[in-house]
Amino acid sequence: MNYFQLFDLPATFELDLTELGSRYLALQRKFHPDKYAAASNRDRLMSVQQTANINDAYHSLKQPLLRAEHLLALRGLKISHEQRSFTDPVFLMQQMELREQLEEISSSADPDSAIMAVEQQLQQQRKVLLKQLAATLDANTAEQNQQAAELVRKLKFFFKLQHELELIEQQLQD
Amino acid sequence: MAYSNKVIDHYENPRNVGSFAKDDPSIATGMVGAPACGDVMKLQIKVNELGIIEDAKFKTYGCGSAIASSSLVTEWVKGKSLDEAQQIKNTDIAHELALPPVKIHCSILAEDAIKAAIADYKQKRGG
Repeated sequence: MNYFQLFDLPATFELDLTELGSRYLALQRKFHPDKYAAASNRDRLMSVQQTANINDAYHSLKQPLLRAEHLLALRGLKISHEQRSFTDPVFLMQQMELREQLEEISSSADPDSAIMAVEQQLQQQRKVLLKQLAATLDANTAEQNQQAAELVRKLKFFFKLQHELELIEQQLQD
Repeated sequence: MAYSNKVIDHYENPRNVGSFAKDDPSIATGMVGAPACGDVMKLQIKVNELGIIEDAKFKTYGCGSAIASSSLVTEWVKGKSLDEAQQIKNTDIAHELALPPVKIHCSILAEDAIKAAIADYKQKRGG
């Protein structure tokens, strides 16, 4: 299913999220199962199915990584369930170092500024990768799409790091 | 999800955790990662002149199954020739650790890590 079509939006990475939000609410109202309480079985089922589709579509389009994955899937590059290992040694070494930095936060003399330092690094790296991702997806050539897929894989590692950092922050607060 | 006893054992008492000095010519390193879960795995082997893996170490950031898979592989490769180590299959790892289907990718990661380390060694030796 083409989620962009569902919301009648252009299939591009740069998306007007306010517009997406209002179209989502409008579609949700239109197909809300309550409205079909008195309808035929078939129509009731359709409204439940459509509501599920609309929710899935909204969830996928509002997050940049899922949006990029959906866009790539529409272009024939399915990467969301791939199990192939990522093998770029330079990138992985950097990931290892960032993981080590995370590990050291709780034992550091000033955990708050250690968190801030990592947070800034992660933010900076994500920003660079997302910018490259936007450019490659916009170019939309076979080669650039492959490049975009690689950038999505890299960004997934960074989002995982962000998640780990938030867990550490929570632990320190408790 | 319940981990098997073997996974828990390797997770709680991981074998061969650590790193070798990178500039030692007898050391080769395999780095792999799984974008889907963000796991990162480093596996290092120490190879003697006869092409036998004398020692192995790993460092893994990931779930219990990923840690157990890499810990198990470091145990398995010790004393093996490079060719023998190359034959290690993720299915053997998954079977030994009784990994559930959703954790099979952890064993794939460990297989790819040892293959990457062997490739690194061969490249260091000029193919």
